[in-house]
Amino acid sequence: MAGFLLRRILGMLIVLLCLLAVTFIIFYVFPANPARDICGKGCTAATVASIDRQLGLNKPLWAQFGQYVSGIFTGRRFGQGSHLVACNFPCFGYSYQDNLPVSTLILQRLPVTASIAVGAAILWLAGGVTIGAVAALKKNTWVDRVVTATSLVGLALPVFLVAIVLLFLLTAKLGVLPDPSYTSIFVNPGAFFTGMIQPWIALAMVYAAVYARFTRAKLIEAMGEQYITTARAKGLRERRTVVHHGLRSAITPVITILGMDFGGLLGGAVIVETVYGLPGIGQLFLQAVDKVDIPVVTGCTLLAGFFVIAANLIVDLVYASLDPRVRLA
Amino acid sequence: MSPASTSPSPGRDPLVAVDDLHVEFPTNRGVVRAVTGVSFSLGRGETVGIVGESGSGKSATALALLGLHRGSARVHGSVRLDGQELVGASDGLLRSVRGGRAGMIFQDPLSALHPHYRVGDQIIEAYRTHRGGSKRAARRRAVELLEMVRIPRADRRVDDYPHQFSGGMRQRIMIAMALSCRPDLLVADEPTTALDVTTQAEVLGLLRDLQAELGMAIVLITHDLGVVGEMADQVVVMYAGRVVEQASVESIFSEPGHPYTWGLLGSLVSLDRPRPDRLLAIPGQPPSLVNPPTGCAFHPRCPHAETVGAACQHEIPLLLGTGAGGGTGPGLGNGGGRRVACHLPVERRAELRPAGIGTTSEEVGS
Repeated sequence: MAGFLLRRILGMLIVLLCLLAVTFIIFYVFPANPARDICGKGCTAATVASIDRQLGLNKPLWAQFGQYVSGIFTGRRFGQGSHLVACNFPCFGYSYQDNLPVSTLILQRLPVTASIAVGAAILWLAGGVTIGAVAALKKNTWVDRVVTATSLVGLALPVFLVAIVLLFLLTAKLGVLPDPSYTSIFVNPGAFFTGMIQPWIALAMVYAAVYARFTRAKLIEAMGEQYITTARAKGLRERRTVVHHGLRSAITPVITILGMDFGGLLGGAVIVETVYGLPGIGQLFLQAVDKVDIPVVTGCTLLAGFFVIAANLIVDLVYASLDPRVRLA
Repeated sequence: MSPASTSPSPGRDPLVAVDDLHVEFPTNRGVVRAVTGVSFSLGRGETVGIVGESGSGKSATALALLGLHRGSARVHGSVRLDGQELVGASDGLLRSVRGGRAGMIFQDPLSALHPHYRVGDQIIEAYRTHRGGSKRAARRRAVELLEMVRIPRADRRVDDYPHQFSGGMRQRIMIAMALSCRPDLLVADEPTTALDVTTQAEVLGLLRDLQAELGMAIVLITHDLGVVGEMADQVVVMYAGRVVEQASVESIFSEPGHPYTWGLLGSLVSLDRPRPDRLLAIPGQPPSLVNPPTGCAFHPRCPHAETVGAACQHEIPLLLGTGAGGGTGPGLGNGGGRRVACHLPVERRAELRPAGIGTTSEEVGS
């Protein structure tokens, strides 16, 4: 188990390093010139050259890459003389556009994205699994057909459309909810929930549809297993048979895709954050791309990669704890 | 509950009485008649072997005994356990019978046990569903049961998962679970089919010992006449959902009356026959249950259909007592004795029976 974890974490670092290298190469190859963007109007060749020096952009690609990686572990300094700024461990670059280390920018925004992801995941998991289970147990009846058709509609609806329709109905027309905004749950739980409920619903709609279909398929499969007949032959109530024996098996693969989806979402819920103007990672990323703020783009890419890989590892651990046949090695 | 009697009383007050059982499944292609008019009865401590190829309706019969058919399946007829009607009984009554008065084990113990739960917990669940009590007491019972089915170091293995046991041990765990509430009846659906030969003998031996100890009746579903010879008191041979022959185990082996039974006996390896004929197969495939052949469902595969003529193609033969040679086996019910559903004239059957099958055979049960 310890060996397994060690190997997986090592593998994770290698993957992240590769991701970083690819990101570097892409920005090196692209005809972007960050120094020119930073110095703005009235720019001279000399200023551009000095900014290049300050940012270390005059160095060859491999040297920049090395500096970036070592900066993560030791911190680094940008600029020179009176313009010297410190970027402490762990340094993921420095944004000259915002005059802040990338890690600070990300940490400011992570709670917003995490709140969106956690709330939405709880909603879609509870909704999707319940709906899917009902459809599976009522297989081939009108209930099943209605659920299947509705989930198809849910799948087809783009998130931005749902988000805008919700905003229009709940906030603009009916006025039952305030304009979505982020308030820390620790500061004002009430405002947190009323401010977040729309992004949660908008995101959960699509995912719930996927999870309902997946749960339905997996539960139908599980209910056809021999051990279900065994459970009935033991004299168990149908409810216990379904929940303890059928759903117990069907839920395992659902947890797997939950880990993937959740990890992906932590990297930024770009569309929802943009529609509702929520200051999360997705919005940060989008703005950075827009402004060619390369350190921020690189930092966000690494973060998204980290969450996806970490989610994979956690899924494997959870899977092993759910299914005793799985051995981690 | 009266203690199991050691001397079964034939014909009188049977523990299990199945009368004219029918099981049908409506499908898109038509109605599948899985079981048509099966009747048998057995007393405490007795074993009936239900034999047939896949699709003969033997497993559908087994499931119907405990009311385990679901969905669109239609079950008619009567299944009585100690006088209590189970066909059409309430869910509550059926639940109290399943796992309580009647246990069931299945062909593949690996898929019949839940892969995610410890075997002990699965046994505890079965026990507490009917007997209640504390988890500790149920756990002690689970260890006792595992010892009863000869699982070594049962007190430790009770916490293992099904995949940590061998095939034979898993089936013994299934047996322990099915017997957790000391049922009067055990329905065993192909209990040894998925096991290798040495393990088969072990599991059958265990079942026999437990039957002697606990006095339960066993309905044994199998395609293997060897298993029947080993275990059964009486035999029901099924083909295409119908009973084609029903007799005591002795008379099935000494004087089988139906050409299909001859075929089944011929497909046992026999060293009595010269080499190319030691292992005989029944030609053809089991019939469709949606559109079974007209008349006797076995006629397309029967080597003697021409001897009789048109009746085989047009008339479903009745299951009739053959009088002479009626089995000595107890509890055959419905008049007792051997009954065969075949158009062949009774007096010609012995003469048409292939050499090496019947009286000269040595496979009669131990």
